Amino acid sequence: MSMSDNQGPLWEVFVQKKSGQPYVHCGNVHAFDKEMALQNARDVYTRRNEGMSLWVVPSEAIVASSPEDIGSFFEPANDKIFRHPTFYQIPDGVGHM
Amino acid sequence: MSTIDFEAIFEAKLANNEFIEPKDWMPENYRKHLIRQVSQHAHSEIVGMLPEGNWISRAPSLRAKLVLLAKVQDEGGHGLYLYTAAESLGVSRDEMLEALHTGKAKYSSIFNYPTLTWADIGAIGWLVDGAAIMNQVMLQRSSYGPYSRAMVRICKEESFHQRQGYEIMTRMAFGTPDQKEMAQDALNRWWYPSLMMFGPPDAESPNSENALKWRIKRESNDHLRQRFVDQTVVQAEYLNISIPDKNLKWNESKKGYDFSPPNWEEFKNVVKGNGICNKERLEARNKAHNEGAWVREAAAAYAKKQNQLSTAA
Repeated sequence: MSMSDNQGPLWEVFVQKKSGQPYVHCGNVHAFDKEMALQNARDVYTRRNEGMSLWVVPSEAIVASSPEDIGSFFEPANDKIFRHPTFYQIPDGVGHM
Repeated sequence: MSTIDFEAIFEAKLANNEFIEPKDWMPENYRKHLIRQVSQHAHSEIVGMLPEGNWISRAPSLRAKLVLLAKVQDEGGHGLYLYTAAESLGVSRDEMLEALHTGKAKYSSIFNYPTLTWADIGAIGWLVDGAAIMNQVMLQRSSYGPYSRAMVRICKEESFHQRQGYEIMTRMAFGTPDQKEMAQDALNRWWYPSLMMFGPPDAESPNSENALKWRIKRESNDHLRQRFVDQTVVQAEYLNISIPDKNLKWNESKKGYDFSPPNWEEFKNVVKGNGICNKERLEARNKAHNEGAWVREAAAAYAKKQNQLSTAA
């Protein structure tokens, strides 16, 4: 029952606010094909110049991490404080680094 | 991991003011509560297009028509944000529409009142959108992520709705004697239905307890209603029109106005389907849906054919 033929498949919408900025997820739309997905995304998510470029991606193509993984999946980053610049001591008088 | 652990994680997230996301474990009743609330919120946006749509072709100027068209289009967009938020809980768009069209699902009862004059369009923007904003500002901090994010978008767009309504009210209230009378008449008819928008009194609100416990809602119906009255009185005073309530009086001890409750029997009756426009609204939604069936069929057939062509090539 959960997938419907009547509304077309679901597409995820990403908007780029200004040239050079990253594309940010803003929601989703139903549409039967790519062109319709793009037009629906424009009508639903950019009525007030929220963006100058859009991506639409079939929702089923998105691969996501699962919430249960939050511990183990991201764990490798936890004990590596040497990846941050504040880990290192730089002497006074050598200028900005 | 046992179910109890999942529940503890869920409770801890709520306690820390974190958001619940679609793939997170959630109690079945939380999911059900949200599906009901978010889908009915979506239906309210869509049905809410009808009373105002009634005046698009009769707007008094080109400017007024452009503004009203943009507002009604926004309401359609708001409905779409909310439908997709509800879909993330595992209900399909078709199921929700079916529930609306058969009368199984409810929508805000305010939209079962008719729009008789142009001043009603002003009163709707000022009062109905004003009340909706008050509710939706609170819902921006709702515990369900997709609902909260939809509310943030909606609130950004909604403030133009209230302002355009108040602008219409000022034009009418400071216009000819006939226009002023229309403004007063619109306030008389929309005041109590607007107070009803916040839902039944806290003591008699069947869904409030869970909604507050789960942080789906953050403030009670009566609390929001009080704030709405306190905010609106000065706006009516500026327009020099009277709120139709002889008991309306400033209460210094609570730093707010005392006011008469709406007629809750009337509210129940409209929710049951016996309001002035319930039948008309449902018929209009069904007609639009059925007359649009060929468009959905044609689009599906076209997409299928394009797919076949691209796989053949």
